[in-house]
Amino acid sequence: MEHNGQWPLYEVFVRARGGLDHKHVGSLHAADARMAIDHARDLYTRRLEGISIWVVPSKDITASDPAETDSLFEPARDKIYRHPTFYDIPDEVKTL
Amino acid sequence: MSGVAAKIEAPDLFRYVLRLGDLSLVLGQRLGEWVGHSPALEEDLGLANIALDMIGQARLLLSYAGEVEGRGRGEDEIAFLREHGDYLNPILAEQPNGDFGQTIVRQVLIDVFQLELYERMTRSTDERLAAIAAKSVKEIRYHLRYSSGWLVRLGDGTAESHARVQAALESLWSYTVEFFAEDQLDARMAERGVAPRLSEVQAAWAQRIDEILTEATLQRPRDRPHSWHGKRGQHSEHLGYLLAEMQHLQRTYPGARW
Repeated sequence: MEHNGQWPLYEVFVRARGGLDHKHVGSLHAADARMAIDHARDLYTRRLEGISIWVVPSKDITASDPAETDSLFEPARDKIYRHPTFYDIPDEVKTL
Repeated sequence: MSGVAAKIEAPDLFRYVLRLGDLSLVLGQRLGEWVGHSPALEEDLGLANIALDMIGQARLLLSYAGEVEGRGRGEDEIAFLREHGDYLNPILAEQPNGDFGQTIVRQVLIDVFQLELYERMTRSTDERLAAIAAKSVKEIRYHLRYSSGWLVRLGDGTAESHARVQAALESLWSYTVEFFAEDQLDARMAERGVAPRLSEVQAAWAQRIDEILTEATLQRPRDRPHSWHGKRGQHSEHLGYLLAEMQHLQRTYPGARW
């Protein structure tokens, strides 16, 4: 248990169907990982939302700093050549 | 309801199905009392989920009991308009929630009983009971995952949590004797293949409970003689208060729907 009397926070990821990736759906408090899975099942899959659950302690997620948004993401803005829009797609290719 | 059921006295089957249904109904009602009062929001939802599964089981079983009885009573009448002595649940189910640890101990003891009973009842000669058992087993496996997880956490937790769940175990243990005290009705159901032998359920129950208690570092209490007969309709005082709350709406506004 953490110092403030709250259980640690976990981030919850749910896979809706086979073949799809796990999507972040929210967070919850739990004393340990197993309890986090149980809580996630009860909180986020009550209406058949998923077939698989991941939980990750929120403290173990390293996030980018919003203050660095400019230096991290701005430089990509003017590099349009990185988008594969300069190729001619043959008509026979239906799905790409 | 095929040829097999026809050979069974309807009152026998009616009473047997009531025993199963009342266990789910009364425990579901008890667990529902936690809503809004749990130690954490997440536990509120966890307990409510189990309570709803229990009420779902009760609906299937009590509806079936009404059909077997053949007097036109539906699930609501059977659930809400019977008297104290007509309920056939084991007494453990009606015991008060106490603290969270006591609720968890009660839940583990009943979850394992239901699991061992229903796993075997999926092979019942009564097709309806076999189908209800097959559906319920999936729910009960999760209930046990939840309850045994908590029992291990509390038993193997702090000195206080350990002492509290050990005390709860001591106070509730003797009620479990009733699960396995086979009477003539149980024996007739087993002979006809409707239900498993209770001695077989008991052996499996004891083994699984021992495993959980060992992991939870809890001492298994000694078996003591019991004088409780909830499954014959003799109950503790607690059931009356529970029924008063549960039946209030239907008795005040008969036939009320929403």
